[in-house]
Amino acid sequence: MKTDQPKYKTTDVVDFVIVGSGAAGGVLAKELSTNGFSVVVLEQGPYLHESDFSHDEIKILHEDFLTNHPKLQPNTFRKTPQDKAKPKRALVYGRAVGGTSNHFTANFWRFHEIDFKERSKIGAVAGSTLVDWPISYADLEPYYTKVEWEVGVSGLAGASPFDPPRSKPYPMPPLPVKANGIIFERAARKLGWNPFPAPMAILSQPRAGRSACVNCGFCLAFGCEVGAKSSSLASMIPLAEKSGKCEIRPNSYVHKIEIDEKGRATGAVYFDEKKNVHLQKAKAVILSANGAETPRLLFLSASSKFPDGLANSSGYVGKNLMFNSSAVSVGVFEEQTNDYKGFAVSRILHDFYELDAQKVGFYGGGGLDARYDMTPIGFAFGRPGERNTSGLPPNSPRWGKDFKAALAHNFTRTFEIFGHGTSLPITNNGFDVDPDVKDAWGLPALRLTYKDHPDDLKLAHWLAARSMELLDAAGAKQKWTYPIDEQQFGVHLLGTCRMGDDPKTSVINADHQTHDVKNLFLCDGSSLVTSGRGQPTMTIMALAFRAADRIMALAKRGDLSA
Amino acid sequence: MEAFASCIIPSDGTPGAREAGVVYFIDRALVTFAVDDQKSYRQGLPEVQKRLHELYPEASLFSAASPEQQEAVLESLDEVGAHTAPRRPRGGFRPGSPAQPLFETLRLHTIAGFLIDPDSDRKGNRGGVGWTVIGREPGHSFQPPFSQIDKDYPGWQPSSATPSAKKDADKK
Repeated sequence: MKTDQPKYKTTDVVDFVIVGSGAAGGVLAKELSTNGFSVVVLEQGPYLHESDFSHDEIKILHEDFLTNHPKLQPNTFRKTPQDKAKPKRALVYGRAVGGTSNHFTANFWRFHEIDFKERSKIGAVAGSTLVDWPISYADLEPYYTKVEWEVGVSGLAGASPFDPPRSKPYPMPPLPVKANGIIFERAARKLGWNPFPAPMAILSQPRAGRSACVNCGFCLAFGCEVGAKSSSLASMIPLAEKSGKCEIRPNSYVHKIEIDEKGRATGAVYFDEKKNVHLQKAKAVILSANGAETPRLLFLSASSKFPDGLANSSGYVGKNLMFNSSAVSVGVFEEQTNDYKGFAVSRILHDFYELDAQKVGFYGGGGLDARYDMTPIGFAFGRPGERNTSGLPPNSPRWGKDFKAALAHNFTRTFEIFGHGTSLPITNNGFDVDPDVKDAWGLPALRLTYKDHPDDLKLAHWLAARSMELLDAAGAKQKWTYPIDEQQFGVHLLGTCRMGDDPKTSVINADHQTHDVKNLFLCDGSSLVTSGRGQPTMTIMALAFRAADRIMALAKRGDLSA
Repeated sequence: MEAFASCIIPSDGTPGAREAGVVYFIDRALVTFAVDDQKSYRQGLPEVQKRLHELYPEASLFSAASPEQQEAVLESLDEVGAHTAPRRPRGGFRPGSPAQPLFETLRLHTIAGFLIDPDSDRKGNRGGVGWTVIGREPGHSFQPPFSQIDKDYPGWQPSSATPSAKKDADKK
């Protein structure tokens, strides 16, 4: 544990208690503490350091060393509110200091102008609650720039003709190009598309005491051992600690927000590592627990004053969940690409960011990236009872000498084209708490209800068709698309406490303040109004920088004191 | 168990499960991360033996059977086979149910024992032979170029036909 952290007593009324230390919580902790506010960050997971990370696929993927554990925290799933939910893993998120930013791919696309005002442009979409954001791209632009410079993003300004305006170039050049990026770039240009170097939250140069990427090849799902991946853990938490005003308190599982008789938040109630219960008092509470755990915490904090869940007068807490639609196509090439080396993505394209619904017959848009995010066991293995979940082509042998030969040939000659796109908000889709299933602490488990909007599935098929065209133009020897199923599992947890000016159809205002409780703020994936085109973390971090400014302005005006 | 693992990844000119020490990996697995699978092994291994006798009444032990006989036993145990569309593994290789039949358990453990990071303390992938077989260089840090393709890449150039340029061309 770092020594320059203060140790607050739970009875100390600190300025802010922040629940969660991930992409949003880390940024807020750093911003508030370095501006002189006292902060306690309550993180349910352990405090892991770079030296705790490893390339042990069993530890990371099988034992959920960095992530929520399905045995301790089971989930249930159903397609519609009429169904009875059944136990099923519904989500993966980071459960350690740094949250999901420890193990993400680090694709760092800004949202474009259209993402904030699409409803105005295209009108209502049947079956969806699509609305505009209460803020615009221009409002968020300075904070996107702040993320790039303070957290650390590699990229090339002006490389994409579709990029929104920016006030400053990237602070460092793009990461080196990989073979899959080159193949992607050449094929895309043949088709008249506009590939460009991927903006990535991974350092291409040493910065702020952190190393540049060493291209180890264990990126998605793994923590970075050299601090090159711009997680909250690597970039923000150390600065928060250095402020002398911020205590990071790991193994602290918050299960209730305490509310006084005046309807104001007074602190957060949590289990410590030994399951003892504490109340950390604070002048204001910020939830950055992710798009599933933030609404769950509001449901767990229901009271006679807030019978449907805290801050839920709109009935929108937990609703309008968006996972982002996606499709993955795979190509096998004659020449060795060795894409197992390095980070996942070096080239992307945004030509399909805004599709014309009249022409394609559905709402949506997205981007494509060329990637390799498989590790050796993951490449070779398929899920038990399900066929060919590996990186090998359809109908590949699963054991024996032909299996071994396929691994030996394909591991260094395969890569994926990943299509990412929009999800439409639907009130039926969301997270709430299961009436029967409990977690290891006796708390109601997360229940997922999800059924993709038909347009989201049409978009996924459309993007897959473009990926297959691209693989064809690239001369892939073999190519296929993984089946596009209705989603029953998510890692992008967006929209479940959305931002808006109307308290009837949103949970927080543009300052991230809940409409119902003046000193309760929500900032994470749950705040998003639309899904963007598949890469939410950049926007979550930008929102957190902006939220910090807004919250500090309110605090200075005295709006948060009782 | 070793004979079974050897059928999953044989030693056919290049190292297989045997050389990678998969059996030691499994021994350790069954008292660590795969402790729930002990039952599957206890109940499944006699089944393997039984299946051998059903198919080849004259055979004695599975480990002493011919490679053809062993493969025939595995084929009869593999209920999934390799004949449908592939699915993307969600979030890596996270397996589902802990109560899988032995074939699937052993397949997972053999693959994991063959390809696990040799620098981890799992006792698998001895000498990194599994990684060598699939063409992954040892080590945890690489510098570009990673392949001939990026070695020969001349460098990034902006697209010649930007959307606005394209529009102009369309007008003409």
